[in-house]
Amino acid sequence: MSLLASLRARVTRRHPSLLRQRPREALPIELGQRRIYVLPTAFGIGFGAMLMVMLLGALNYNNNAALLLTCLLGAACAQSMYGAFRALHGLRLEAIRADHAEAGQALRVELRFTAPRRAHAGLCLHVGAAAHDFSVAAGAALNLPISLHSERRGWMELPALKLGSTWPFGLFRAWSWLRPDTRVLVYPAREAVGPPPAGTGAESTPAPRSHELGEDYAGLRAYQPGDSPRRIAWKASARNATLLLRLHEPPDAQALWHLQWSALRGLDHETRIMRLARWVDQAHRGGQRWQLDLPAQSLGPDAGGAHYHACMSALALLP
Amino acid sequence: MKAASPRPDTRSFSLLSLTVAAALALHATHLPLWLSPPLALLLALRWLGFRRGRRFPALLRYALVLALPLGVIATYGTLFGRLPGAALAVGLLVLKLTETETRRDVHIAVAFAAFTLMSALLFGQSLPHTLLVCAALWPALAALLALQPSAGDTRAILKTAALRLAAALPVALIAFVLIPRLATPLWGAPSLQQARTGISASMSPGAIGQLLVDDNPAFRVGFDGPIPPRSARYFRAVVLWHFDGRTWTPGRAAQHLPLEPVQAPGPALRYTISMEATRQTLLPALDMPLQAPTGARFTAERTLLADKPVDHGLRYTLDSATTYRLQARLGARERALALQLPANDDPRTRALAARWRARYGDNAPAIITAALRRFHDDGYRYTLMPPPLGRQQVDDFLFDTRAGFCEHYASAFVFLMRAAGIPARVVAGYQGGYANRVADYLLVRQADAHAWAEVWLRGRGWVRVDPTAAVRPDRISLGAIAAAQGAGARWYQAAWLVGLRDRIDVLNRLWDQTVVGFNALRQRGLLTRFGVDPQRWQSVALALGGALAVVLALGLALALREPVAARDTLGRGFDRLERRLARRGHRRQPGEAPAQFMERIAGNLPAAHASTLRELSTEFVRLRYACTQPVSRLAVRDWTRRAREFEP
Repeated sequence: MSLLASLRARVTRRHPSLLRQRPREALPIELGQRRIYVLPTAFGIGFGAMLMVMLLGALNYNNNAALLLTCLLGAACAQSMYGAFRALHGLRLEAIRADHAEAGQALRVELRFTAPRRAHAGLCLHVGAAAHDFSVAAGAALNLPISLHSERRGWMELPALKLGSTWPFGLFRAWSWLRPDTRVLVYPAREAVGPPPAGTGAESTPAPRSHELGEDYAGLRAYQPGDSPRRIAWKASARNATLLLRLHEPPDAQALWHLQWSALRGLDHETRIMRLARWVDQAHRGGQRWQLDLPAQSLGPDAGGAHYHACMSALALLP
Repeated sequence: MKAASPRPDTRSFSLLSLTVAAALALHATHLPLWLSPPLALLLALRWLGFRRGRRFPALLRYALVLALPLGVIATYGTLFGRLPGAALAVGLLVLKLTETETRRDVHIAVAFAAFTLMSALLFGQSLPHTLLVCAALWPALAALLALQPSAGDTRAILKTAALRLAAALPVALIAFVLIPRLATPLWGAPSLQQARTGISASMSPGAIGQLLVDDNPAFRVGFDGPIPPRSARYFRAVVLWHFDGRTWTPGRAAQHLPLEPVQAPGPALRYTISMEATRQTLLPALDMPLQAPTGARFTAERTLLADKPVDHGLRYTLDSATTYRLQARLGARERALALQLPANDDPRTRALAARWRARYGDNAPAIITAALRRFHDDGYRYTLMPPPLGRQQVDDFLFDTRAGFCEHYASAFVFLMRAAGIPARVVAGYQGGYANRVADYLLVRQADAHAWAEVWLRGRGWVRVDPTAAVRPDRISLGAIAAAQGAGARWYQAAWLVGLRDRIDVLNRLWDQTVVGFNALRQRGLLTRFGVDPQRWQSVALALGGALAVVLALGLALALREPVAARDTLGRGFDRLERRLARRGHRRQPGEAPAQFMERIAGNLPAAHASTLRELSTEFVRLRYACTQPVSRLAVRDWTRRAREFEP
């Protein structure tokens, strides 16, 4: 056992990228030859055994034509080794863009791969149990959306990504572990049901500010990932090339919600965060102005997307 | 990993079906008739079914899997051996296709198809056959490619597969040369069931007749000097002493005779014979061989016997004298053998010989002339389809049918000579051959098989006499088939066609010599020339390992290579511009940035040129340094074009 452990330690030290133990690295990541590993697949091993049988048969029967055929097939298949390597070599992971997700929800992450020099075909990205097939044309870029499962609020490290290829014949698999140092902020989960914020006058659920009507807004701006799809101005967007977002009129001062950490007594830590998250969300959707008071900081009063994200981030990062 | 293996790409299945169809077609010539048409039908139906997304009924498949070996056993009596094995492999391959529903199935089927394709080469390794088999690897590899995610369109798949095959060829050739050949097989001798071809060691009626319509090459001869004339091209293969009334055989008694000496040989011809596989030990040699090559020995009558049957072709070099005196003194045992006749057969022939004997006495040449004149003048015909002969074969032929080919004439002539008291024997071999005009060699086909006589004359030894030539001189000057059909140019002898056939035969010869005949011996010869000692396995392993390392390193270098065009078109464009400016005296200072440089030059140029150069400079800086995205090729190409057109 200790032998195995020492071997593992040795391998990890000499080849940090062979196993997943590679230190986190900054983007962009270019796949160089020192981090690409190639091994035959199960099919490759079986095919190799069959080639050996063919070779023995040809030699035994002194049949040179069969031997030539075996050599030709073997040489063509050996190129699979280089093909798989070349499929990865030179590919760049340029950028990672993540949407915001609440804990427990699927988190959409977009990986931007570029192929600066030539086309890369037959690539497969393994994330946990899921596999995503893709290819990148020469000189082009590709945004590959993947879905991650977020468990807890706070900073989430991206899992180790295994980029592999069995191009062209499926006989050899080349792979490389990617561990980008990108962190994704996972917002706290919202409480499913609960009381409205006290002292806001909104004893019932705050009246939805006629967002069904759709025409009640102060202005428009371009949609950005992370914006609530509910605020998309569909009619206006239909007349434009990009999606547009309604900007609400600045709500009046009376409607200011005061959301206080200290007011929520008798609840445990996480439930407090979840309730505050629900209130922030309600206020944001309702187009309210709100102020969030947390133990160490106070945000607002303000309204709008930036304020919402600042509040959610602060909640996510609470100890 | 993929959790569920999806149904493979339809294109992949189609390409796989194509491979299997090719394997089936290549095996069809030797598969039993009940097998190949149903398999072809099954394959076609399965292909159509797969395209429509249907599964093959499992029960039917099980029934077929059971029926196949039973049918093979019913046909061949066994499952083992070359033919039953091939039938079983092809059948199972097609049945494998009926259950191919996943990518893994396609993988297995492609591997099995490759094996089946290889086994087709056990039935013949001619150049066209091998080319067809190698071509069938193309759809096989394309089928694997089509399984890849984002494999591209069919044209791209086929192109990639073809490129991979083409790139594999040089490596395959290196491996082919270096892989050590087995001197002795590891298991069971190769099946010898295949029919023997060529001259056999006995001459029964019709034996040579079968050969005369066989257009396959028997051997090819490369002469060191010019090719001798047709009338001198007699290749002896076997000498037949003993006649039992029907069949000529070498005779047991002749096995222990001493080697017949050659005296007064004329100038020797040196030549190299490349034999096709015959599965026999007879080696033809031009009259009269002076020494036996290694791996073969002389019989008493100076025919050559190989130590092992010629199973895979053979090359040997010989010296022959075209004028010679063979065995000037005939011993008593030889004389007795050369006068042997079956008791009581063919009385009319014996009577004729006795009449000649009475007329000419001991004048053997006169008796020979009489016999030849009889063949020439008395209505004898040369035909490849003679009427059947009765029990008194020689009598029937000489006096009644008077139609036959070389074996009849040789047999009757020797019988006549012996009956007249002249020692004589039959020689079987090849005569004539076809001089290839493209490359300087002689092609001898099975159709050139021939039988003639040798008579022993006092003071001259064994003298060759060809009675067939007396009947039909064309046989000697044109060949058996032309002689049988009557002379005259046929459509297939048109000049261009002959030229084409010459070239194709040169290819076949090259193939046979370099690939098919590349055995342990030739490999040893080749490796020794490159300083590898084939006797020491370390040396061979070093050569093989070294070659492997070089090939692997080359492959890695190629894998790391990036396309030049995409690397830095802009940079090379700028270099060109810089060189052109330098030729006009505008040199870039060491350490001067491109923009700085162009700005400085622009200052010295007339206004129109200066503005163009400044534009180029601005655009170059933008393309080179101001783009975060990969630069579009179009913009780069546009810049290099404008730089090229700029004439300061």
